[in-house]
Amino acid sequence: MNLLLVLQNILAIGVPFSVALLLAALGEMFNQRAGVFNLGCEGIMAMGAFLGFLPSFLLKGGALAPWAPAIGIACAALAGVLLGLLFGLVTVSFRAPQGIAGIGLQMLGWGTAGTLSRHFVGGVTGIPGIDAWPIPGLSKIPFLGPILFSMTPFGYFGFLMVPISWYVLFKTPWGLKVRAVGTHPRAADTMGTNVARTRYQALMLGGAMAGLAGAYLSLAQAKMFADDIVAGRGFIAVALVYFGRWHPLYILGGSLLFSIAQSFQLAIQVLGIDFPYEFAVMLPYVLVILVLAFAKNSRLRGPAELGKPYNREKRV
Amino acid sequence: MNRTYRTLYSAAIILAAAAAAVGIGALVLMAIGVSVPETYRVILTEPFKDMYGITEILVRTVPLILVGLGIAISFRSGILNIGAEGQMQIGILAATAVALALPNLPKWLLLPLVLLAGALGGALWGSIAGLLKARLGVNEILSTVMLNYIAAQLHGFLLRGPMIDPAELQVGSGTPQSMRLPKAAWLDRILTGYRLHWGLAIALGLAVIVYFLMWRTTWGFRMRAAGAEAKAARYAGIRVESCLAAAMILAGAFAGLAGAIEVTGVHRRAIEGVSAGYGFSGIVVALFGGLHPAGIVPSAFFFGLLLIGADMTQRALSVPANMVLVLQGAVILSIVSAKTWLNDPYARDKAVRKMAALFGGGRK
Repeated sequence: MNLLLVLQNILAIGVPFSVALLLAALGEMFNQRAGVFNLGCEGIMAMGAFLGFLPSFLLKGGALAPWAPAIGIACAALAGVLLGLLFGLVTVSFRAPQGIAGIGLQMLGWGTAGTLSRHFVGGVTGIPGIDAWPIPGLSKIPFLGPILFSMTPFGYFGFLMVPISWYVLFKTPWGLKVRAVGTHPRAADTMGTNVARTRYQALMLGGAMAGLAGAYLSLAQAKMFADDIVAGRGFIAVALVYFGRWHPLYILGGSLLFSIAQSFQLAIQVLGIDFPYEFAVMLPYVLVILVLAFAKNSRLRGPAELGKPYNREKRV
Repeated sequence: MNRTYRTLYSAAIILAAAAAAVGIGALVLMAIGVSVPETYRVILTEPFKDMYGITEILVRTVPLILVGLGIAISFRSGILNIGAEGQMQIGILAATAVALALPNLPKWLLLPLVLLAGALGGALWGSIAGLLKARLGVNEILSTVMLNYIAAQLHGFLLRGPMIDPAELQVGSGTPQSMRLPKAAWLDRILTGYRLHWGLAIALGLAVIVYFLMWRTTWGFRMRAAGAEAKAARYAGIRVESCLAAAMILAGAFAGLAGAIEVTGVHRRAIEGVSAGYGFSGIVVALFGGLHPAGIVPSAFFFGLLLIGADMTQRALSVPANMVLVLQGAVILSIVSAKTWLNDPYARDKAVRKMAALFGGGRK
């Protein structure tokens, strides 16, 4: 077999795989830029994946079936917003420690998705999902076409979110507020920015994007739902934000790197290399640890007040 | 009068937190259309109906106490260990390997060796995250979560490959499990006919030891000082980084020991699902127990009850057992929210003044 063709096939799988990581990581970037470390991302993704899947499952074969993915996507985003609000209540209003609260949200989201799916769905069932939509003309480019221009509309949307996030974060007044409350909330407060409200808004946006990331997994990537569908991608997304230095472009790079590492296991199977499959699955997780270990030496620092609750009544 | 109001304030917050946790669970139960009171009744009372139920609660209490103690040590020392699940799995593998490698040793030697191997395995796995944190400042939550996934793959690889029971390959279905441990490595059962084993005594003994270690020794004071206020501790000459690494290694050892005890006491071989989410439940147990051994023991019993109760509701009311995760998540969110209110003197005094204005008295 032609090695170039193998590479093309790996990338054609790996690049669309990155969308779920990308969406979740961009959402988490907004959270962390606002100073909130949301580890519940994994749980929100699980809820998003389940709610994205459910309408397609329930409406299968019905008159509304063509609309099911759209309904699912809306439900997933809405659930993400609500879970973001809940996390805001706990960490912004009640000023609870964020790391452990995130683990709570992760268990809550994961458990709820699992409980509901066992009840409404039972076993693992496939759904039609969202079909690929090759861009006419562009998808015919050799090598690049099948990789970049033969994705689902959801996939294109994911990549479109990179420039949009960049614009929102760096070129809009709201983006400035988000960065301000994450860097120096007291100064932002003095200037009349409502710190709590901005953090809530960032959490709702981040939650919606994590929900969409989950819906992408069940609707466009796997076209089914299983309890463990997210498989740590939410946590990897959080790590990617560190790796991507809180910047959309670097986060895009990180997401691509990690998803290609994930599709590495497929390459092993395709090429018939005698290598334990489990170690290939481990690869992205090992990569995260290595990346975090070397990220410390970076000149660029994260948001100064990341992970610290803001209490305007406290004396400094 | 003020004291009464303060107690009232604390009681109200604890009640509100409990109501929130139960309420979140109720929402999910209503979504799947089952009777909420009936489900809670089955979870909380059904396991007490017979000896089987009670012993099974205790069987689950043992690993929960051990994992909870380790997590309490780490949290108290200022490092969050989310990796108990992975540390437990490495402990399971290490204990099994030692037991299978030395089948001819006498019991008085083999069993302690096996348990020690489990603890060392867990400590080794915990030390990765501990050293990364101490040396390179790697966020321990992320590194332990990643190490969980890596440990799960390693566990699967060894049980499907090098450590698989040869009989499974020749005559069996290829189930990923190790050979049965030699009898000399078995932890004895307390009652015949039930799975409850002497690991319970080990867990309770260690709870006492952890109390003395953390609250009655200088070493424990240093660890807690590092966790309570790192800057002040550093100023006082405590090597905070060493404390963090030591705490993670110790937490790993406890999780690994829990794994070894599960293997030698309950399953008697390494098989998928021995760790069974205890590593995550242990986090809730530790928080619910106030990060103190005296609280962790009853808290572990309570969550052992929830775990077995959820299994029973699955059979009796077909409520999926994942429901336990929902409750655990809700409990964590409620506890961390309530804690900030309980520890906030401003909010408390404000509430006390309001109560004093409403009901009279209490002026200082």
